[in-house]
Amino acid sequence: MIKPVILWTDALVFMLLFAVVLFALYARARPHLRSPWKRIFTSRMASVSAVFLLTYVVIGVLDSLHFRLPLENRTGAQEAHYAVEVLSVFDVLLGPVRTQVEKTYSAPFATHLFTRETIEHPDGSQSRDYPRLEYGGAHLQDPVTERNADIRQRVLAALLQTLVAMPAVLFLLGAMLARRYNRSTRQTILDILAARTAAPWRAILLSVGMVALLIFLAINLAGAYHVLGTDKVGQDVFYQTLKSIRTGLVIGTLTTLVMLPFAILLGIMAGYLRGWVDDVIQYTYTTLNSIPGVLLIAAAILMLQVYIANNPQSFETTLERADIRLLFLCIILGITSWTGLCRLLRGESLKLREVEYIQAAASFGVSHARIITRHILPNVMHIVLITVVLDFSGLVLAEAVLSYIGIGVDPTMNSWGNMINRARLEMAREPMVWWSLMSAFVFMFVLVLAANLFSDSVRDAFDPRLRNNR
Amino acid sequence: MFAYIVRRIAYAIPILIGINLLTFTLFFVVNSPDDMARMHLGMKRVTPDAIEKWKAEHGYDRPVLYNQAASGIDRVTDTIFFEKSVRLFAFDFGHADDGRDISHDIKQRMWPSLAIAIPVLLIGLLVNITFAMLMAFFRGTYLDVSGVVLCVMLMSISALFYIIGGQFLLGKLFRLVPISGYDGGIDAVRFLVLPVVIGAVSGIGSGSRWYRTFFLEESGKDFIRTARAKGLGESRVLFVHILRNALVPIVTGIVVVLPLLFMGSLLLESFFAVPGLGSYTIDAISMQDFAIVRAMVFLGSVLYIIGLILTDITYTIVDPRVRLS
Repeated sequence: MIKPVILWTDALVFMLLFAVVLFALYARARPHLRSPWKRIFTSRMASVSAVFLLTYVVIGVLDSLHFRLPLENRTGAQEAHYAVEVLSVFDVLLGPVRTQVEKTYSAPFATHLFTRETIEHPDGSQSRDYPRLEYGGAHLQDPVTERNADIRQRVLAALLQTLVAMPAVLFLLGAMLARRYNRSTRQTILDILAARTAAPWRAILLSVGMVALLIFLAINLAGAYHVLGTDKVGQDVFYQTLKSIRTGLVIGTLTTLVMLPFAILLGIMAGYLRGWVDDVIQYTYTTLNSIPGVLLIAAAILMLQVYIANNPQSFETTLERADIRLLFLCIILGITSWTGLCRLLRGESLKLREVEYIQAAASFGVSHARIITRHILPNVMHIVLITVVLDFSGLVLAEAVLSYIGIGVDPTMNSWGNMINRARLEMAREPMVWWSLMSAFVFMFVLVLAANLFSDSVRDAFDPRLRNNR
Repeated sequence: MFAYIVRRIAYAIPILIGINLLTFTLFFVVNSPDDMARMHLGMKRVTPDAIEKWKAEHGYDRPVLYNQAASGIDRVTDTIFFEKSVRLFAFDFGHADDGRDISHDIKQRMWPSLAIAIPVLLIGLLVNITFAMLMAFFRGTYLDVSGVVLCVMLMSISALFYIIGGQFLLGKLFRLVPISGYDGGIDAVRFLVLPVVIGAVSGIGSGSRWYRTFFLEESGKDFIRTARAKGLGESRVLFVHILRNALVPIVTGIVVVLPLLFMGSLLLESFFAVPGLGSYTIDAISMQDFAIVRAMVFLGSVLYIIGLILTDITYTIVDPRVRLS
C-alpha cells in the first residue's frame, strides 16, 4: 500500500480549493454574485487567460497529491517501510521523465552530451568526443540522420491527435450548449465557429486546442528526448519547470490566504469601531509597512534557517523541511503584504458605517458583530477579491527574486527562481547554456501574463466605480 | 507649517520604537545567541567553550534584557537589548562579523548606490510620463489598447530576465559595455550604463500603465471639458491642463521613494557587482551577518518614514486643497 503524505501546503491548497468550490456553488444561485463573473467570461482576453490559468492550476493540484511508495519487503517484517522520496500523482503521470537523468548538460532534443568526454572504444583506444546520452534519443540507431525525421514524425502524430480530439470537444460542447438553450446541435456548433455566442466559445476552444497540442507534444516527445535539455546534474529541465508550477502557485495563492483573515478582521474593526482600536491597528500596520519588505523577509528567513539548523529532528524528509520553509515564506510574505488591503478595508468601512441602513441597524440594537458580518463584510468583499487577484502575479514574480537573493524557497525545491539562479552561473559559458533560463522565462511569463490579464478583467467587473465611468 | 512638521516627526518616534522592538524580537528572542553561535560555528560537535568565545567576540555574551550582575544604570545598559538595539537610534550600528565598522561601510557604499538609483529614477520618470501621455493622447484607439497590452506584457517579465537579457544583448552580443564590475571616478560611467538602462526599462511596463490612469482620470474632469469647450487645442489641454494636474500624484509618489534610493537596488547591484548598499545587504544575507542585516532593516525603516513625512509635506505644497491637519 502506498502511504499518502499530506504536507502543510497541500492541506492549505486543498482547503483553498474546497473554499473556491463552496463559493462557486453559493454564488451560482445568487444573481448579484453571478453577473460580474458572467461579465468576466464575455471578455475574450479573460476567457483565454482563464484557460491557461486553469491548466497551471490542474498541474499544481495534481502535484499536490503526495505519497510515499512502500519499499520492497524482503525480510518479511510486519511493518512496511516507505521510500524516503515523496512522489506526487503528477510525477506518476510524467512517467519516466523524472528518472531519466543524464550526466550533465545537454541541449534540447540533443542526442549527445553538451561537453566533451574521454570515451573508451571497444578496441581499447580512447578519444575525446561528445558521448551519446543515456536516455535522450536513445532509441535511434544513427542519431545524426534519423533524429530530425523522428522528431517530425512525433510532432505530426501530436498534431493528428489534436485534430482528432478537438472536433470531439467541439461537438460535446455544442451538444451541451444546445441542450441548455433548447436549440439544435448543428446550429449551436455553427454559432460557435462563427463566434456568435454570448461567451467567447471559439476563442476558448482555440486556446484549449493549443493547450491540448502542447500536452500531446509533451506525451509524444518528452519520453524519448529531453525536450528542454538537461541541467548541470543531468536532470530534465522540462520536469523541473513543470514541478516549479506548484511552487509558484502556492506562493501566489497561499500568501494571500494566510494574510486575509488578519487584513479583513483588523481593517473592518479599525474602520467600524474607530477610537483607540483604530489607533492601535493603524500603528501596527504603519510600523510593519515601514520595514522594507525584502529586509523583513530576509531577517525572518535567516531566523528560520537558524531554527531548522538547530532542530533537524523535526523533519522526516527533505521535502517536509522544504515545505515548512515554503509555508513560512508564504506567512512572512503575507505579513509584509497585508497592510495595503487592511488600509483599503479600513477606508471602506469608515465610509460604510455612516450609510443609512447600517445606522438603522445600529439604532435597532443589532450587535456590532452582526452588523460587521451581515452588512459590512459582504459590501467589502469585492475589494478583497480584487486585491487577491491583483496580488497573485506580483507574488509569483517575487518568488523568483527572493530565491535569487537566497531568502526564497529551499534550494532543494523546484522553483523558477532556483532554476534561474543555477542557470545564471552558466551565462559565461561558450556556447551559452540557455535552455534552463528560457524555459523558466516562458513558463513564468505565460502564468504571470495570464494572471495579469485575468485580474484586470476581474477588477473591471467588480469595481463599481470603474463600471460607472464607462 | 513648522508645527505640522514637528508633529509628524513626533508621530514617527513610536513607529521607530515599534520597529526596533520587532527587529529585536526577530533577532534575539526567536533564536537565542547560542543558536546563532552554533549556526556560525557549524552544527556538529560545537563545544560550549567555542560558543562562549564566539559570543564574547561579537558582544552577545550579555543578558538579553536585564543584567543582574551589574549595578546601577549598567543593569539596563549592559545588555544585548541596549547594546545592539537601542544604540541603533543614535545610528551607531556597531561592527560586522568580520570586524568592520558598519557605519563607515554604509557611508562609503552609499555613493555607488545613488549613482545607479538616481539616473534610473530620472530616466524612468521621463520615459514613463512620455509613454503614458502618448497613450492618454490616443485614448480609446488601437494605439492605446496595444500600448496597454504591451505594458502588461512588460510587467509580466521578471526583473531577473531584464537583467539577464540586458547583460546578454548589450554586454555579450554587441560588446558595447562591460558585463559587470565597477570603478571609481569618471570610469564608473562605463560600468553604470547597463544597470541604469536595465533599471529604467524594467520599470516601463508598470510605470507607464500606472501614470496613464492618472492622465485619464484628469482628462475626465470638468475643467478639462471647459478647456476644450473654450476651444483650446488638444495639445495645449494635454500639456498644460492635464499634465500639470496629473503631476501631483506622480510627484508625491516619487517623494516617498526618494530617501530609499540610498538603499540601492538589491538585484541590479548584485548582478553587476556594484559595491553599493544593495549588494552589501545581499552579501550580509548570504554570509548570515546578522549585525549588518539588523542595521539595514533599521536604516531602511528610518528612510521610509522620512519619505512618508516628505510626502505629506509635498502634498501641502503642490496641492493647496490639502490642508494641514
